[in-house]
Amino acid sequence: MSISRRKFLSGLAVGAGTLASRVAGASSVRRFAGYPGRYGLLFDSTLCVGCRSCEQACKEVNGLPPLSEADREDKSVFENQRRVTPDSLTVVNRYREAKDGRPAVYRKLNCMHCNEPCCATVCLVGAYTKTPEGPVLYDPEVCIGCRYCVTACPYYALSYEYNDPVTPRVMRCTMCYPRILEGKNPGCADACPTGAITFGRREDLIKAARERIAAHPDRYVDHIFGEHEFGGTSWMVLAGVPFGELGLPEGNTYTPLPEIGTAYLSVVPLVLTIYPGLLAGFYAFTRRKEKLSKQEAEAKVVEALMRADAETKAKLEAAAQRAAKDKERAVAAAVKKALEDAARKAPSDKEDGR
Amino acid sequence: MTETSSPRWFTPFNVIAGLILAVGAVVLVLRFTLGLAATTNLTHDYPWGLWIGFDVMSGVALAAGGFVTSAGVYLFGMKEYKPIVRPAILTGFLGYFLVVLGLFVDLGRPWRLPYPFLVQAGPTSALFEVALCVALYLTTLFVETTPAVFEWLGWKRWRRLVGRLTIALTIFGVVLSTMHQSSLGALFCITPTRLHPLWYSSYLPVFFFVSAVAVGLSMVIVEGLFSHRAFHDQVETTPEQFDHITLGLGKAAAVTLAIYTAIKVVGIGMDDQWHYLATGWGLYFLLELLGFALLPCILFTIGFRERRVALVRVAAFITVAGVVLNRLNIAFIAYNWQLPQRYVPSWMEVWVTLTLVTFGVVAFRWIAGRMPILYEHPEWKGIH
Repeated sequence: MSISRRKFLSGLAVGAGTLASRVAGASSVRRFAGYPGRYGLLFDSTLCVGCRSCEQACKEVNGLPPLSEADREDKSVFENQRRVTPDSLTVVNRYREAKDGRPAVYRKLNCMHCNEPCCATVCLVGAYTKTPEGPVLYDPEVCIGCRYCVTACPYYALSYEYNDPVTPRVMRCTMCYPRILEGKNPGCADACPTGAITFGRREDLIKAARERIAAHPDRYVDHIFGEHEFGGTSWMVLAGVPFGELGLPEGNTYTPLPEIGTAYLSVVPLVLTIYPGLLAGFYAFTRRKEKLSKQEAEAKVVEALMRADAETKAKLEAAAQRAAKDKERAVAAAVKKALEDAARKAPSDKEDGR
Repeated sequence: MTETSSPRWFTPFNVIAGLILAVGAVVLVLRFTLGLAATTNLTHDYPWGLWIGFDVMSGVALAAGGFVTSAGVYLFGMKEYKPIVRPAILTGFLGYFLVVLGLFVDLGRPWRLPYPFLVQAGPTSALFEVALCVALYLTTLFVETTPAVFEWLGWKRWRRLVGRLTIALTIFGVVLSTMHQSSLGALFCITPTRLHPLWYSSYLPVFFFVSAVAVGLSMVIVEGLFSHRAFHDQVETTPEQFDHITLGLGKAAAVTLAIYTAIKVVGIGMDDQWHYLATGWGLYFLLELLGFALLPCILFTIGFRERRVALVRVAAFITVAGVVLNRLNIAFIAYNWQLPQRYVPSWMEVWVTLTLVTFGVVAFRWIAGRMPILYEHPEWKGIH
């Protein structure tokens, strides 16, 4: 799902040409199970003795300030929970002290190289790449330094060069990608004297981990951390104590975080496509209402004028009728008068005639 | 230009603003020469501090008044609110400009700011969407501010040209604002393990958008209060009209905050996080929700019903404080809630933020003192 959404969005950004096929992809129910045969590392915390050889090897491989002999012998570092920094891309922490014959519990912290990495999803310049070999790589040449990746990482596995005012970089474990390409093991895996770190193909590591749990059910919690958590990781962890005690998020969903985190982004293109027409519609309604109320006002004026007109007409008509009646009355009066006059004349005529 | 009014330079406002800006300039030089480590308290666990939490996340929300008022007046025909559109758009433009400045200060390599658009795009990132929308919206707000500039300069043809774009620009502004206000909340959808469950929700984008509308309205009330004090000689609206506008904005803010409070409660219910309310974090969450969202909602309602303008203004101030508190909670207070380490900004971080805000106020005064922002230009009365 997240892949198809991602593709859909990049389709928008790249151009409309590829849009149709990508939308078709969005409706697909197919799942990308990850690059086949990719590498991973298994960290068995029940074998780790806290010697910090891996820290030392990591610094050597990556050209970081090395640990002195005194540093490595100094066990007081375990009194605090450390995190990875630009100078230490991996650190070993102690989560339980040795007690009553039970050994101390340690865990190695580093970038987990997620199958569906948050850092790659949240990067606004696409500086992260999940390689087919497994490692997640970071390209400082395009990084603008927003540090969204450092904020988003659920494993607190990234750090930033705050000290550098000119070319600060995000610093993180690369899973020794150059060494993997050369056919070598990552530096820490080679340096571990107890076999707590195993490098190999991820599916083989999962099988091996299952076998170890099956062979020593009393020694291990029956779970491989990183097989499925948030879509799975390249670094996986075995433990004899609950994973929550090792500072790992326990009981979390198997859904990849990018899928949870980008669900909303699928709404964005809808806002872009629906809103303009919708808002233009609201504007049209407003205009229409204004026009209608204007027309109504005009109609009222016309009506008032017409009413006034009709009243005038009626008055005129009444006046005309009155005038006609007056005329009739005048005619009638005149006729009457004429008849009376004639009547008055007639008898004298008669007398004259006799 | 002759210097006839030289004594007026040393007003209390100018002296204080000048001091803040001068010290701020020194701090900024330190930031760019010595780096983030020397000037900030940012750590690998807290890569986002005050500059992202306040300057960017709160700044964008506080500048939402521009799109809210212009949509009301130009799209919904609420013409009696026209006198507040220009100051709101100017506030919005300056606000977004400061957001970009704040981001510039915070980025590790700020000169690469255009990289997402010019070198390599990361379209799966909510931040890419925010960046694109903010860039486009800043441009939109700039064009929406130009009518006042053209009227001031007397460029009639240009003024007529942008006048014809008003509706299109307003619609574009609402589209972009809806997208990036909500996407700012979406930045944290991918961090369910690091942000406290009471603040984390898949509804975060909706929370951010609705609270941005509420705080946009509140900022228009607050900005109006100050600009009417400072420029009372320019203002054309009668005190009655101005009170009517303030009360109307308060009514809209009351409705928006009621919706906001309701969806926040729905958010807790959807993820079934009720049990966290009984913890210390829960009390703090309730303080934010009840004290800074429900309380101003009630005050706005009473203020509107009883026509008490002062109460509406108090509610507006509380809303502004509440939305800032919410953004800071999400950026770094309730963030990493399971870690023992906390982040407290350095004095230099606080000073840079203060400098940016002061710069915004000075710029607003400078522009409003010269251009037809708070009054209508006599030649262009009643025209978009």
